[in-house]
Amino acid sequence: MKAKFLIPLVLFLALAALLGVGLGLNPKEVPSPLVGKPTPKLSLPALDDPNRIVTTEEFLGQPWLLNVWATWCVSCRAEHHLLVELSKHGNLPIVGLDYKDDAEAAKQWLRELGNPYVVTAFDEKGRIAIDWGVYGTPETYVIDKKGIIRYKQIGPLDVKTLEEKILPLLKQLQEETA
Amino acid sequence: MIPELGLFSLILALSVALVQATLPLIGAARNNPAWIALARPAAFAQALFLFFSFGCLTWSFLHSDFSVLYVASNSNTLMPTIYKVSAVWGAHEGSLLLWVCILGAWGLAVAIFSRDLPDAFVARVLAVLAMIAIGFLLFMLFTSNPFDRLPNPPPEGRTLNPLLQDPGLAIHPPMLYFGYVGFAVAFAFAIAALIGGQMDTTWARWARPWTNIAWAFLTLGIALGSWWAYYELGWGGWWFWDPVENASFMPWLIGTALIHSLAATEKRDTLKAWTVLLAIFAFSLSLLGTFLVRSGVLTSVHAFASDPSRGVFILIFLLVVIGGSLTLYAVRAPEIRSNARFDLVSREVGILINNVLLLVATLTVLLGTLFPLITDALGIGKYSVGPPYFNAVFLPVTAPLAALVGVGALARWKSDRFGRIFKPLLVPLVICIALGFAFPAVVMGHFTIAAAIGMTLALWVAWTTLYGIWARIGAKTNRWQALWQLPRGFWGMTLAHFGIALFITGITLTSIYSHEKDVGIKAGESYVLGDYEFVFDGIKSTRGPNYSAMTGTVRVLENGRLITTLHPEKRDYGPGAMPMTEAAIDPGLFRDLYVAIGEPIGENAWALRIYNKVYIRWIWLAAIFMALGGVIAATDRRYRLVKVRDLQSDRRTVTA
Amino acid sequence: MKPMTALLLTLMLWATAAVAGIETRAFDSPAQEQAYKELVFELRCLVCQNQNLADSNAELAVDLRNEVFRMLKEGKSKQEVLDFMVARYGNFVLYRPPVDKATSLLWFGPVVMLAIGLLIVVIFIRRHRNRPGDSSPDEVIPEDDF
Repeated sequence: MKAKFLIPLVLFLALAALLGVGLGLNPKEVPSPLVGKPTPKLSLPALDDPNRIVTTEEFLGQPWLLNVWATWCVSCRAEHHLLVELSKHGNLPIVGLDYKDDAEAAKQWLRELGNPYVVTAFDEKGRIAIDWGVYGTPETYVIDKKGIIRYKQIGPLDVKTLEEKILPLLKQLQEETA
Repeated sequence: MIPELGLFSLILALSVALVQATLPLIGAARNNPAWIALARPAAFAQALFLFFSFGCLTWSFLHSDFSVLYVASNSNTLMPTIYKVSAVWGAHEGSLLLWVCILGAWGLAVAIFSRDLPDAFVARVLAVLAMIAIGFLLFMLFTSNPFDRLPNPPPEGRTLNPLLQDPGLAIHPPMLYFGYVGFAVAFAFAIAALIGGQMDTTWARWARPWTNIAWAFLTLGIALGSWWAYYELGWGGWWFWDPVENASFMPWLIGTALIHSLAATEKRDTLKAWTVLLAIFAFSLSLLGTFLVRSGVLTSVHAFASDPSRGVFILIFLLVVIGGSLTLYAVRAPEIRSNARFDLVSREVGILINNVLLLVATLTVLLGTLFPLITDALGIGKYSVGPPYFNAVFLPVTAPLAALVGVGALARWKSDRFGRIFKPLLVPLVICIALGFAFPAVVMGHFTIAAAIGMTLALWVAWTTLYGIWARIGAKTNRWQALWQLPRGFWGMTLAHFGIALFITGITLTSIYSHEKDVGIKAGESYVLGDYEFVFDGIKSTRGPNYSAMTGTVRVLENGRLITTLHPEKRDYGPGAMPMTEAAIDPGLFRDLYVAIGEPIGENAWALRIYNKVYIRWIWLAAIFMALGGVIAATDRRYRLVKVRDLQSDRRTVTA
Repeated sequence: MKPMTALLLTLMLWATAAVAGIETRAFDSPAQEQAYKELVFELRCLVCQNQNLADSNAELAVDLRNEVFRMLKEGKSKQEVLDFMVARYGNFVLYRPPVDKATSLLWFGPVVMLAIGLLIVVIFIRRHRNRPGDSSPDEVIPEDDF
């Protein structure tokens, strides 16, 4: 048979392959362009002490996590215990970013569910979160000693991602020089 | 009881389809009249079972049987009856049942209206239709059963998404499906022709009326969707290049190419393999649309709740149907011979250019729609492709097509001369340019080059189309008689082509000259937009059958005279449903005045959106012209004559 | 699919299907208003099911519209606003993808396809050229034959 009559079939099979791959992808996930770049500014009052201004400079010299959460976010509740667990293991500072929330409700939430954060920055209007490319909660950033964002988790943390991606990454970041 | 009967009826339909898909096909190959004769009764039976099943689901909705999961998820007792009915196809499972029912209806139509086609051919056509039905029925029975029961039926159902509680949107899916699914008939004809080795021109002649009618339905379905989005979504847009919209538009574009290609194949025995390919392509795009809407591969406001596991099933179905038909094409098409000869200037070339341009347009839309998926799959990055891209790229491809619309129809088959066609058009061309450039400044009050080009193109299409009438009767001695005798095929074509002129006018003027303003306004104040003064009289609470609302009153004055009073609303359909904004529209042929309520601002003031959308109705008027044209062309007498000649010539090819 | 999942998914669909935010804004000039309209038309709402900032009522969309307005009032240009958004959200946020190597297929594809199409037309015409003395019979075709 003449080759040109096979072209439609070949093109279709390529399309079908593309669609098949597509079934495994998530079209709504927005990867962050900030990975590999220095953290944006973080200059927000702390949840517990409005006179204290939380900045990213405080955490230079060690790897740390920034976790974006809110009391109105159901999945944040689901992942919270993992953060509490992580915080117990010592030398990994976890900083919270409370996104578009009510301060009193947030404090109450932390009292009830446990507070894994060394400090929680309170972004009432969500303005700083825009600079971090936050579009939905929860989101978690892994930041290295130099203040470069190395990984962004979109959606709640789970054991699998922690074990396969985040914890190994943190180990690697610990060994890097500041 | 009734839902179980509905489910059982679906299973019966599947059994019949299994028979219909196999025995007549084998019978046609072996020239076994008994098995061939099974096809038509099988199609009848299948349609009956499918309609009964659909009736059972509808009954469940009308009686608010919330023990059926699908009913409980999409309906409640407060909903008006018409929406209880339209809720039947409002979500995934029910819309699939509608799809397969309409397929059954088309199969029934083919079984009834094909008495003058050879039985073996009809047997093959119905077998192919049954194969498609099998796929959908299996899909439903295994993954998307609308008759699933809830063990503990709730006392009250949820509700149909308020957006869908609207007459325009109620009729839009059935219309669309009659179109999409109708292309299955042309597909089945093409496959039957390939299987039977019957590649003379007769299959093309048989396929034309069916394709025209399916195309007409699809045109109306798309137009309804556009019109609904315009008045329901509250911000005056009518087309968003959303993946699901594109999924209905691409079959339409290829369907248009197919209509023209069938003409060339029937009349001049040319583009034969190409027409078969187009028929396969049109229906493949319909199936691709089904995949895109339900698999979650692309993000869309229109998508049904998506489920990748359903996506896998549909993908396998696509591989079987499309892969199978393209393989058959690759095997059989090389045997198709055409001795047609034609000149550079001829209608054949016109149709060829039409097809190429429509194909490029379709591939452009496909590329834009799938590009985010391509880059994500290849790991290049995450991109979005939206209206700014499509608008930029689509118009340059289709503008040349529009310019040639009337001209192509004026060209003679086989051999014509450039001078003969264009000499009478030279002066009109100049006039079109002059009027086209004058129109924006003189009629609309403000000149832009885009409007000038658009209007020139629209006038040119209108002129060349109408000139086609004169070209055919001008030389005759009795012009009125000649006019009367012009075949319906010609009138259909003329109407549809004229519709294109209306369409170009509408989109040009509405995109350039419409005005929109968001204003904060207190009761008693007014806002002036162009020639119109909108006086806001305030907002009060009202109630509907299943909602409560804040209803505003806006009086519209033109040059001081009251021309209409508009009542925009914000409706609350209860817990679990988002508030809906119902815009108030004063429709007009040359402008729509449009008011929607926003949020309250401070004390006594409200945000109001006010629009003056000019010439927007011409867009849907164009669709009506086109659809009417398609239907009229399908009723041309020629398709109902020459039965005897066909029967004789094709009895010979039954054994092929 | 479990009823609860279906419920949640459908609610998500509803959440984005409501009407656009109707906000009154005081622009400094018609050019600024035009820039604003173009920007909210070209920027994507990140939490919606394929809507631009103009049509969405989602909270993030409201916030981003306010950001766009704020930046325009500060005197930033349309391109600067677009760059701002891309720096934070990536190319996903643009409904008009940038023209670069990665998107060359998208932007040049149509033109290339058109060229290929024209080539096919030319080849096809040449192959079916009606030459005098051809073997095919010269039928008389009535004028009004479609």
